[in-house]
Amino acid sequence: MELFRKWGLQLKKHQFLFEELVKRDFKKKYKRTILGMLWSLLSPMMQLFIMSIVFTHFFGQDKAHYTIYLFAGNLTYSFFRDSTYGGMNSLMSNAGIITKINLPKYMFLLSKNVASLINFGLTLIIFMIFVAVDGIAFSFKFLLLLYPIFWMIIFNIGCGFILSALFVIFKDIQYLYDIFTLMLMYLSAIFYYTDTYPEHIQRLFYLNPLYVYITYIREIIIDGIIPDLMVHGLCALYAILALTVGALIYKKYNYKFLYYM
Amino acid sequence: MAKIILNHVSVSYIVGDFSTVGLKDVIIQKLKGTYTEKEFTAVKDVSFELEEGELLGIIGANGAGKSTLLKVISGIMRPTEGKMQVDGSIASLLELGTGFDGDLTVKENTFLRGAMLGYTREFMNETYHDIISFAELEEFEDRLFSHLSSGMKSRLAFSIACLVNPDILILDEVLSVGDGAFRKKSEQKMLEIIHGGTTTLLVSHSLEQIRRMATKVLWLDRGNQVAFGETEEICNEYENFLNGK
Repeated sequence: MELFRKWGLQLKKHQFLFEELVKRDFKKKYKRTILGMLWSLLSPMMQLFIMSIVFTHFFGQDKAHYTIYLFAGNLTYSFFRDSTYGGMNSLMSNAGIITKINLPKYMFLLSKNVASLINFGLTLIIFMIFVAVDGIAFSFKFLLLLYPIFWMIIFNIGCGFILSALFVIFKDIQYLYDIFTLMLMYLSAIFYYTDTYPEHIQRLFYLNPLYVYITYIREIIIDGIIPDLMVHGLCALYAILALTVGALIYKKYNYKFLYYM
Repeated sequence: MAKIILNHVSVSYIVGDFSTVGLKDVIIQKLKGTYTEKEFTAVKDVSFELEEGELLGIIGANGAGKSTLLKVISGIMRPTEGKMQVDGSIASLLELGTGFDGDLTVKENTFLRGAMLGYTREFMNETYHDIISFAELEEFEDRLFSHLSSGMKSRLAFSIACLVNPDILILDEVLSVGDGAFRKKSEQKMLEIIHGGTTTLLVSHSLEQIRRMATKVLWLDRGNQVAFGETEEICNEYENFLNGK
């Protein structure tokens, strides 16, 4: 806790730098073109479109609101992937700065995360348009979505911490992570339903943080129910766990990263 | 009141070929028991004290540990052994080009770099035009940084950096920037800052420059402190040493 308080104060002190870094990352990401921004929205949409065609037409998936079901999963997964990939590279791609100027290192990670968050926000708007088009009535319960989104942000930052530290030391982590995210995609029930599995297998899915966040969103939007306490608890638990581990690694290796850059 | 005190400071790096080694190799090496980490001491047992307003010239051949020492004082690295006390705000200009991004314009880079040096937004808004005119880049404000010539790049870098008003200024070979005219202008600007009461550490390979500017000199050789003291005396010794080689 003391550590986070200190970081908070530092962030305030370096607010100007933080804003400039966010601007830089944002500009670089979209190459200052409207099309660049459009493209990063278009690509998850196309992915959704393809998946939706494949699963409804070829695999005969015909449950109600299947596109929304798919979109909710994809939305969460893409946000996680986008922000952890950015996070993983954040230290190495700023190695030139880190080894020459004494600045808090997590700032580079946070600024990358802001860029992903903006992207996520835009996709979320499109998601809501889809929800409306699909004939789901908006309710006040939708405001509860802020809860899993908040914890997802924390979770992504935590994972970014861990990955960026690993990436500094082990350069092959990026290939392993490619495989890992692929596996994660299949394990997160993005395009299939879990209710065909026996009870005890269904419970295993909750070991996957992404599944928990996806489930929260789906229950609110599609089923119109508020998820139970366990889901609320897990949302927070995974995020806090990831952030704590990440922060401790950063604290411990703060002065050692340099040797590996 | 001393501003910088170093008491038997040593700094070591962990070296090995791990920057090219992946997780896979480390696991294999650990299993085989062949995993080794070597330590390399870049700075050994250095002690000195600097008072407010002094200018320390650091001399020595390449690989003497000059840059490592500056990294420790600027807080990027920590001493492995020994004690260090540094009072006041530090502006460290290790390699001027750091932090610039080729994909951003000159103006955007100026603000980004300014932010890295710890300026505030208000300060940058106020001084932006001075920076650009000092760097003589008025017509290039909206060009991409990567389109500038290397001389222009370093002129911009120097102009942003020389606006600092820190308690401690760390300069690593930054006074040899740009063409002759600009170099003269930049040295003058630096002298202004230094004479304003800033404690300065200067690494330079130009002995003539050290003689002209420094009040104290530290001579390092392969990480060891050879001598620390008055400028004339040590510069003469160093010169004799170089001629004797």
